Amino acid sequence: MQIIYILWLRQIKRYFRSKARIVGSLGQPLLLLLALGFGFGPIYQKAGGGDYIQFLAPGIISMGILFTAVFSGIEIIWDKQFGFLKETLVAPVSRLKIMFGRTLGGGTVAVIQGIIIFIISLIIGFRPMSLRLLLLSFIFMALIALFFTALGTAIASVLKDMQGFQLIMNFLLMPLFFLSGALFPLQGLPKAITAVARINPLSYGVDGLRGTLVNGAHFGLLTDFLVLSIITIIILAIGSFLFSKIEI
Amino acid sequence: MIKVENLTKKFGNFTAVDNVSFFVNKGEIFAFLGPNGAGKTTTIRMLTTLLKPTSGQVLINGSDPVRKKNDVRRSFGIVFQDPSLDDELTAQENMEFHGVLYNVPKDIRKKRIEELLKFVELWDRKSDFVKNFSGGMKRRLEVARGLVHHPKILFLDEPTLGLDPQTRSHIWSYIKNLNKEEGMTVFFTTHYIEEADKVTQKIAIIDHGKIIIQGTPEELKQQTKTTSLEEAFLTFTGKNIREEDVNPAERMRIRRRIFRH
Repeated sequence: MQIIYILWLRQIKRYFRSKARIVGSLGQPLLLLLALGFGFGPIYQKAGGGDYIQFLAPGIISMGILFTAVFSGIEIIWDKQFGFLKETLVAPVSRLKIMFGRTLGGGTVAVIQGIIIFIISLIIGFRPMSLRLLLLSFIFMALIALFFTALGTAIASVLKDMQGFQLIMNFLLMPLFFLSGALFPLQGLPKAITAVARINPLSYGVDGLRGTLVNGAHFGLLTDFLVLSIITIIILAIGSFLFSKIEI
Repeated sequence: MIKVENLTKKFGNFTAVDNVSFFVNKGEIFAFLGPNGAGKTTTIRMLTTLLKPTSGQVLINGSDPVRKKNDVRRSFGIVFQDPSLDDELTAQENMEFHGVLYNVPKDIRKKRIEELLKFVELWDRKSDFVKNFSGGMKRRLEVARGLVHHPKILFLDEPTLGLDPQTRSHIWSYIKNLNKEEGMTVFFTTHYIEEADKVTQKIAIIDHGKIIIQGTPEELKQQTKTTSLEEAFLTFTGKNIREEDVNPAERMRIRRRIFRH
């Protein structure tokens, strides 16, 4: 337990110490929230969708969590390159514990990031519908965070260096985000996009978050919860396996 | 303390360590001397559970690094060739992290960390971030960190590489002290012949993955009828091993070959 705690603590300390990283990673979500939120607001309103900020905010919160979580997982590559990973791997500790400690740490950091974006969206006019459901939304934030941190860990276990980073950014994270229903409703879309959105893990995270924050879940909260929980367990298993295979 | 028999490691067709045998007694300082790419680091990685040997037998403090990983891991401390500290943490936090990973009880941990940081003269810098440390300070911190859990054996992979002469002699005086006072067994690799000559009881010269000869520095000198270990080394390997003489491209090639696998 203590070992998982110290690994978790390390992630948290590293996060709060790099102020530039916190501010930097808030830039993109903030820009999207302002530009898209106010830019498409009038059209969305005219089309009968209601307040676009209300629709958009859960999507942007999910995005913030997605990016922070994947990067936290991918940080293992830095640890590999800067040697710190050797220190943990040569210690008399099971790889599973190391993986869990790191994933919990990365996940916590991602949830904090999500909460910061949530607070920013409150400032620009977002209003969650009920306090009780707000608590439930933290469960969805945590699930999104855990899933994508574990995914990042799995990817980082396979990659040798940061060269593949751009690839992940453009061919994994961006599509995940754009095709998740974070920016637009999933009703009445071309079949291909609907199909992609259905197999996109983030869709269920966005949907769950939207369902608990402003109502109007597309898949239904229970489906969202079950799908996310199951795939999180699966990816944790895959990540642990790949992590246990790392040779340095 | 360390017993190695017919140890071999192959990466594809390339044999990095070729049928190596040696033993190190309790309380001895043992040096692995050889040029870059000779197989020193690969051997250390096998002794410290990071790499599985292709064949051969290894016993560290009576346990096999392949089958009894955690027993072996508890018994040694290690200073890697490349830095392995967390730059974003303070000196003390790095030590603390290590102590928790090795399950050192809290009160002992606290005392031990203070004692060790004072020993390597970093106590007054304990709350500074490691990223602000010089190369020598980092290396000293790594030596101290490797000792938090009272290991029986200390592995040092090129512990003084890239450090200035003062810092080097500093580090060696700590290590000799430890060896004398705590009876710690020390296994280190180096390509600085003077170091091997000054601090060790036993030396093995390794080149192209093979141990060419082993014995005390005196024995090696006597066998070649030379007065310095450097000359003895030249007689055995027929070449000089200074870092400058290995061209960088060759060094990269060897490194890559070893780390790609």
